[in-house]
Amino acid sequence: MTRQITLSKAVNEAIAEEMRRDPSVILLGEDVAEAGTPFKVLSGLVEEFGMDRIIDTPISEPGFMGIAVGAAMTGCRPIVDLMFGDFLYLIMDQLCNQAAKTHYMSGGKLNVPLVLRTNMGATRRSAAQHSQSLQALVAHVPGLKVAMPSSAYEAKGLMKTAIRDNNPVVIFEDKLMYNDKAEVPEEEYLIPFGKANIKREGRDVTLVATSSMVQVAEKAAEILSRENISAEVIDPRTLVPFDEETILQSVKKTSRAIVIDEGHQSFGVTAEIAARISEKAFYHLDAPVIRMGAMDVPVPFSPALEDITVPTPDGVVENARRICRGELVHAA
Amino acid sequence: MSAKHNTEDYLRMYRQMVRIRAFEDNANQLYLSAKMPGLTHMYSGQEAVAVGICEALTSEDKITSTHRGHGHCVAKGAEFREMFCELLGKEEGYCRGKGGSMHIADQANGNLGANAIVGGSMGIATGSALSAKYLGTSHVTVCFFGDGATAQGLWYEVMNMAALWKLPVIYACENNGYSEYTKTAEIAAGSLTARAEAFGIEAHKVDGQDVLAVNELARSLTERCRKGEGPFFIELETYRYHGHHVGDINRDYYRSKDEESEWKKVRDPITNFGKWLMEQKIMTADELVEIDKEISADAEAAVTYALDAKYPDVNEVSMHVFAETAA
Repeated sequence: MTRQITLSKAVNEAIAEEMRRDPSVILLGEDVAEAGTPFKVLSGLVEEFGMDRIIDTPISEPGFMGIAVGAAMTGCRPIVDLMFGDFLYLIMDQLCNQAAKTHYMSGGKLNVPLVLRTNMGATRRSAAQHSQSLQALVAHVPGLKVAMPSSAYEAKGLMKTAIRDNNPVVIFEDKLMYNDKAEVPEEEYLIPFGKANIKREGRDVTLVATSSMVQVAEKAAEILSRENISAEVIDPRTLVPFDEETILQSVKKTSRAIVIDEGHQSFGVTAEIAARISEKAFYHLDAPVIRMGAMDVPVPFSPALEDITVPTPDGVVENARRICRGELVHAA
Repeated sequence: MSAKHNTEDYLRMYRQMVRIRAFEDNANQLYLSAKMPGLTHMYSGQEAVAVGICEALTSEDKITSTHRGHGHCVAKGAEFREMFCELLGKEEGYCRGKGGSMHIADQANGNLGANAIVGGSMGIATGSALSAKYLGTSHVTVCFFGDGATAQGLWYEVMNMAALWKLPVIYACENNGYSEYTKTAEIAAGSLTARAEAFGIEAHKVDGQDVLAVNELARSLTERCRKGEGPFFIELETYRYHGHHVGDINRDYYRSKDEESEWKKVRDPITNFGKWLMEQKIMTADELVEIDKEISADAEAAVTYALDAKYPDVNEVSMHVFAETAA
């Protein structure tokens, strides 16, 4: 039996299933109960699990993040709902100095099994403080796992794995994808961390893409196929742990790679993945590895400006054409 | 003088305070003789706070501690050997040498860890109290922090939630008069108790040099927390004998030597409790000296042990970044 559900519904199902399975799972954040979050992702959960488990907090992100860390250290498995990824800057101490380091600093004695679910993604006309994609910031910190679902299927399977993980896991959902539908089995499934998904096989160029950029890469691959350029599309699904092997194998086959992520390009996810490919598959490469991130500007409000800050299928196609023709994308 | 009423309890409180002082004296010597990596923050002078409170707790109860945390750790039941090993970065330390002085955690005794971010554990303590309430365990959590930490916004956020949700947590502010190198009066407007009271939290102020007064209050508030009457706030007036850290030696510019010697002479928690024990004919002066000697020998033996102990194998550097998750 196959069915199509939205990414939003997939996240909701994952959380509900895990809360039924494990009574130590609780969820806290702003407007998570009756409101079910502004994106309505959590609608219905408070009716099933009650106010003791679906906990509305004041607008105090560092406070409830810290509370989640302490609850995780003492027997609960909290899911923290951070309404916008941009608010990560508010909770950096609790996430990066406390949650991420506790297991290590205690010599392995204390665990912090918590999930921080938040979002990312521009082009929603939400301007600079509600549009950022801050996954690089989090992936930089040892002790945090980072998952980036690219569809409803991934969103459900990765969320279930995250809730069962004994470490702090940050899940970035692209807020533009909440209503996107995908095939999601009725039966239970989990998606393991650190296993990339080859979305489309190809020979000429590898497109490594995260979250909604997987759709961008797939559209680009479709266009390129009409020009006899065969692109392989790979979704790492988790940045930490990172499935380097699958990506290196692909690049060894195609000899070219473009890395696409919606975070800012400089010092970002694309830079890290490109560096690993360059270090470990250098002699298999026929062209420099190309990074495609968001422009290094705060996300502008005006649609005329915002739309040009993020990678697009046309941009990927253009870069793929050039490297397949042996041209440089970026002149020295 | 009520609080704990039998001789055994009094002796234990005395011993625990002496143990903290002995631990710190040795830690200071390790620093001064360059045998300890890094630096550390001495708890000496504040012993009655940690002991008065922790003697009101069971090993199931939790504490969160601070950069000035050795006293809390000893008072909550830790052993000298594992503590000195941790201070020296040795494999047998409480955290296998990975935490050091500012991050000692002893989860077996309910110590959720010291914290090197001022005020950084206020959320953790409150979360531990949320666990107690949600999971139905009866543990009470005490959040130790200094007066300096009252300037952190996190405290107000978590007090608000603790009060809204009636959590079994006690916020224990050790006001030692100095926020690092600055007088508390220069960084704290108004009154600290009034800040807690603004959230509807019952607030108390107590002489933090009087172990019996601290213990009596802590016992009463702990029991009330277990009955669902928390949270509470306590401001404990106390004094740190050393500088902000062991390297803060020339400190005349912010604190006079006269002030320091006055506190040591008149308000030392160990001397004063010792005197009381003698006045009450619970102990003789000789018996107290015996205790001091025995503890001092224990501490020295633990230091010797720790100095000779093994460093962790270099392979441990990448262990414990992530916890295992059963498949």
